[in-house]
Amino acid sequence: MKINAEKMHFKVLNQQVRQCEEPNIVIDNCCGQRYIAAGLSGREIEIYGTPGNALGAYLDGCEIYVHGNAQDAAGDTMNDGCICIDGMAGDAAGYAMRGGSMYIRGNAGYRAGIHMKAYQEKQPLLVIGGAAGSFLGEYQAGGTIIVLGLGCKGVPVGNFCGMGMHGGRIFLRTEELPPDLSQRLVCAPATPEEMDSIRPALERFCAFFRQDEKELFQKPFYCIVPNSRNPYRQLYTGN
Amino acid sequence: MLREGQIRIPSGCAISGIFSRSGKPVCGDRIVQSIAVMHDRSNGLGGGFAGYGIYPEYKDCYAFHVFYDDVEARQRGEQFLERHFDIVNLSRIPTRKVPSISNEPLIWRYFVNPLPHKLADSQLDEREYVARCVIRVNSTIEGACIFSSGKNMGVFKAVGYPEDVGEFYRLEEYSGYCWTAHGRYPTNTPGWWGGAHPFAMLDYSVVHNGEISSYDANRRYVEMFGYRCNLLTDTEVIAYIFDYLLRRQGLTLEEAAHVVAAPFWDTIARQPEEKKKELTYLRKAFSSLLITGPFSILLGFEGGMMALNDRLKLRSMVAAEKGDLFYVASEECAIRAIEPELDRVWSPRGGEPVIVRLNQNNREEVQP
Repeated sequence: MKINAEKMHFKVLNQQVRQCEEPNIVIDNCCGQRYIAAGLSGREIEIYGTPGNALGAYLDGCEIYVHGNAQDAAGDTMNDGCICIDGMAGDAAGYAMRGGSMYIRGNAGYRAGIHMKAYQEKQPLLVIGGAAGSFLGEYQAGGTIIVLGLGCKGVPVGNFCGMGMHGGRIFLRTEELPPDLSQRLVCAPATPEEMDSIRPALERFCAFFRQDEKELFQKPFYCIVPNSRNPYRQLYTGN
Repeated sequence: MLREGQIRIPSGCAISGIFSRSGKPVCGDRIVQSIAVMHDRSNGLGGGFAGYGIYPEYKDCYAFHVFYDDVEARQRGEQFLERHFDIVNLSRIPTRKVPSISNEPLIWRYFVNPLPHKLADSQLDEREYVARCVIRVNSTIEGACIFSSGKNMGVFKAVGYPEDVGEFYRLEEYSGYCWTAHGRYPTNTPGWWGGAHPFAMLDYSVVHNGEISSYDANRRYVEMFGYRCNLLTDTEVIAYIFDYLLRRQGLTLEEAAHVVAAPFWDTIARQPEEKKKELTYLRKAFSSLLITGPFSILLGFEGGMMALNDRLKLRSMVAAEKGDLFYVASEECAIRAIEPELDRVWSPRGGEPVIVRLNQNNREEVQP
């Protein structure tokens, strides 16, 4: 089913999406409608234009492909499914993700993947093709964030990367590390095992966005994890 | 009615801006179409616009836009204006009836020049004279509020959704090289006409999405220099901060941005020596003008516009270009709605100002 979203209010659009019985939905002329596919499962949704804030919030198993840029809070607290953005994403992409995967071809804004968490089979994944803004993975508790920094010079993340992180992993494809990495994080070149663990995600990224896979491996990957020996040491007082 | 500051309503906003670098006029209906897309970010309790280059026929006069509560307030206001200014032209600002906008005050416009002997007696430069007169009217004349006082620019604001406010003020009849817009969702305080954005002093105007937790510290500081925060809403103080830093202290826009959105000390510590010195100086010299809390603002001024986020980027802002046109908005959709194909789209970083100006050959004498 095809929905022409031109000048359509978000309530009407979301109602049509929810009531649609066909599994495949194409949304055309999208311009700022919020909450598209929020909490939804079992559909394949293709969006042309600029979907509004909270695209796929609480998503529970859809495949969403955006031909364009996404605004703020795409994939907020998503639980399952896949959001693919053939463009850039606004602030707080993948905020508090708890499952599923999200692929962004271009840059992501501030606070991407903050509060991301994982539990048993629920292992969220966020792949950012370009650069990420400040506070990437702040308070991250689980899951995997990968920043490829394609087309970007220097460090592909802003300030305070992984601040307060206490679980999960952040991979950065870069020659230069962020100068302000917290002492409570451990950053090292990714091991072959770690690289194997993210290879399917990288392959999928390349397939989605027609990216040359060889180019990805022309720069080193680093893996950042929390220093779990004593994460709270001297946070407030010597202990 | 209890006004701002007397009541607190715990409860987002939208901003949009268009700037034509070539100076080619943009019709006011464009900015109305843009801000209308973000309807759901505001709640009908305030909308407003600032246009630059809209009064070419009176470009050398200060254009005062004034709200009066009643006829008596207008008489008191006009008495003051006649004592201090040569009024070249006066009229009601043309409006049209819009069902959703009611209880409008009397809305008048004056094109004025300071009376030469009064100005000479005051021993002030012209802009300071005008600014002091505006502050005096707003703080001492009951029921009168000069809400726009620059040259060749004007603020149009009301209680209502911004698209209705644009219709109310017939903005499609104006065109200019720069437009900013605001849709209000008052957090903490009620909506009233004076409290709608933009807030302006001389040619500086500010629209703001956010909430300033440093308001009172900032207010106490600027009030030392003669400003009066009468409207008791946080954005007002931002307009005075920029007037103070840019006009009175002579800071550049970049410097002013580094005062209000100063980097953290540990970020400053990582800068090259020269930069470190400069940023340290600005933070220390104007520590009371650091604005804390979330904000995204557009500052309009004669010949240019600046977009700025707080240093943590706690409010959204997207910028874009298409040829000579520069766009900026809380949401990308507000830009795409009026310019679907863009040459470049990007998200400015927190605390890093984006400054656009008229191309050199189109720039008229921009005052320092």
